[in-house]
Amino acid sequence: MIRPGKARTGLMAMAMAFALVGGSAIGVVAQDKVTLNMISMAQAGMTPDEMNAVIVEFVALNPNVEIVPEYVAYDALHDKIATGMAAGQSPFDIMLVDDIWFPEFAEAGWLKDISADVPPEMLADSSPAAWDIVSYNGAQYGLPWLLDQLYFYYNADMLAAAGFDAPPTTWEEMLTQAQAMQEQGIAESPVVLALGQIEASITELVVFLYGAGGAFFDEAGAPVFNSPEAVAAVQWLVDGIASGLINPASTTYGEEDVRNTMSAGKAAFGVNWAYMLDLANNPDESTVAGQIQMAVMPVFQSGKDAGIESASNNGSMGFGVSAGSEHSAEALAFIEYLTSKDVQKRYAAHVTPLWTSLYADPELLAAQPVLLDMFAKQWPTAHVRPKVPYYIELSQTLQVALQEALIGAKSPQQALDGAVAVAVELAGQQ
Amino acid sequence: MTSSATPDRPTPRRRRHVPDSAVGWAMVAPTVLFLIAIFAYPLITTALTSLQKVKLSNPGKSTFIGLENYTDFLAAPAFWQAVGRTAYFTVVSVGVELMLGLAIAAFINRRFAGWRFLRLAIIIPWAVPTIAVATMFRWIYNADYGALNGLLFQLGAIDRYVPWLNDPFAAMNWVIVADVWHSTPFVVLIAIAAMAGIPNELYEAARIDGASKWQSWWRVTMPMLRGAILVVLVVRTVEAFRVFDIIYILTGGGPANGTLVISYVAYQETFRFFNMGRGAAVSFLISLFVLLIAMVYLKVLATRTGEAR
Repeated sequence: MIRPGKARTGLMAMAMAFALVGGSAIGVVAQDKVTLNMISMAQAGMTPDEMNAVIVEFVALNPNVEIVPEYVAYDALHDKIATGMAAGQSPFDIMLVDDIWFPEFAEAGWLKDISADVPPEMLADSSPAAWDIVSYNGAQYGLPWLLDQLYFYYNADMLAAAGFDAPPTTWEEMLTQAQAMQEQGIAESPVVLALGQIEASITELVVFLYGAGGAFFDEAGAPVFNSPEAVAAVQWLVDGIASGLINPASTTYGEEDVRNTMSAGKAAFGVNWAYMLDLANNPDESTVAGQIQMAVMPVFQSGKDAGIESASNNGSMGFGVSAGSEHSAEALAFIEYLTSKDVQKRYAAHVTPLWTSLYADPELLAAQPVLLDMFAKQWPTAHVRPKVPYYIELSQTLQVALQEALIGAKSPQQALDGAVAVAVELAGQQ
Repeated sequence: MTSSATPDRPTPRRRRHVPDSAVGWAMVAPTVLFLIAIFAYPLITTALTSLQKVKLSNPGKSTFIGLENYTDFLAAPAFWQAVGRTAYFTVVSVGVELMLGLAIAAFINRRFAGWRFLRLAIIIPWAVPTIAVATMFRWIYNADYGALNGLLFQLGAIDRYVPWLNDPFAAMNWVIVADVWHSTPFVVLIAIAAMAGIPNELYEAARIDGASKWQSWWRVTMPMLRGAILVVLVVRTVEAFRVFDIIYILTGGGPANGTLVISYVAYQETFRFFNMGRGAAVSFLISLFVLLIAMVYLKVLATRTGEAR
């Protein structure tokens, strides 16, 4: 039996609770605030602090918008987006997407097709390679943001010590120079590459494949990475490793191992992303600070004869808007602001702008003479990895095939033929 | 105390309308519900998922395909290769750990000066988290700066640094070395505890009968350790069959899938390719294998233990 006094207290408590909740609900409705959830990366590109500063600027210009950012490591980014979006709740309005995931996410219906919303001035002032990042089946699913590509690095001092005055323009020339270095005792394995059984090996495969005049898929969409050019490229890698000129441990290496090996002065030639330039020339991180320079990516002689000047891998990221977002207009406004010319110019030190006119900007050139200049030179020849929704499985298959060829378990032709068979099967399952 | 008609015999104190068993169930119910939620529900959902073709990027499009996921795997040579690698890893790893562990335990059992310290120190490799062990050994095996290369080079055993993890078979063996370093202390501790329970009279009797050290080991110690060895074997075999984290860090399944064990296949299917149905099927297959192994052990070794005692 509840005593009357207790019942009264209970009723009063309930009334107060309702008042509080109701009052705050009314308060929320009255402000009409739009909250956007953003997921981005906590490594490379802009630091979370810099991104937060841009968010603050945007919110100042659009007071009714609130952006809640979340930053995760690159490896976690894909899974977090995939599991979050698969749950059907569209937890993110704005997403940072790696170029290899755009087909998968677009196919799953998670990204909004914003082809019609791309600012015309942005389209006019950027190169097609930038739009390769965010395109799938002819439509754009995001705005390009973190532009990066593989660069050819070389140790200028070791090159000079071996008696050469210019970096190589073909891979064969590089091996000749490496041979001389090995004979002169400058470096035991002068070339180091990231060919471990990880995604990095596919980015490097792009470089050698296109440098030989090959491709992953032809215009009809059939896999052609077992073409004679592709086999020749992989065979060249096998031979290089067998001769010891390419560090045999490369088949277990990632990007950081390449950087460490070059920074320790154990290699004269390597392939890596933009981030290595500063670190390899930083006395705190490198024993060869000041010696590491960039050059335009070489190609094979056969590629050069076919008119291919250079070939690199475009490994960039873009910002997309969720298809299920309730506030896609505001989300789109934010990513347009983030990729606007003004913002990109201010943060150009960490994120190479997509605006071509900025590559000739005197202020930016003064701040980053080497990187900006090299970016502009290499960018037109940067190729993306295959744009297929089953890319992750394809990549895994190719990684294993490449490994089998490189360690001699299979011949390059056998390994690549096997990978093509799997690709055909994967395409058929779509 | 309630009053009663007959002073000698007290009336039964328990005059419940509710039977004992119902009260018992009521008390256990919260835990049972919790266990159902944590164990049974995911188990059943996973089983159902394994009977469908489900891709995470298209969760609405899951189709029921019965046992096709299972038959796909059982028919795929790649699957059996992974099982073979896992079996190799398990047999060699557990075998070496058992022999090494028993040897170290026997050594500690001699109670030489400082034996207590050694017994304590031997726990350290086991206490280090597997991830830390894997990272450490990854650096030890490193082809350019690794401690293994450094040591062998300075000893003159090799004349240039070797990329130890380059070859698929060698990589598997080096992973086993790391796992043995990490897990042998477990065997040692169990064996030491069991040895402490062996009465000294048995050894004295053996000595009087003229048994050598070797004979007393085989005729006295080993039979008495049967129970402990069974425990060690079951636990370590089940753990070794499900090995994942040490491989993930040390070799990532490579080179050329040389260390692709069955748990790694489950990880790949589920978390890289997002084929939830196939991942669930592989997980169940792993559980099936482990169950079979455990049953075999219990049958073979438990009966022997029964006979010995």
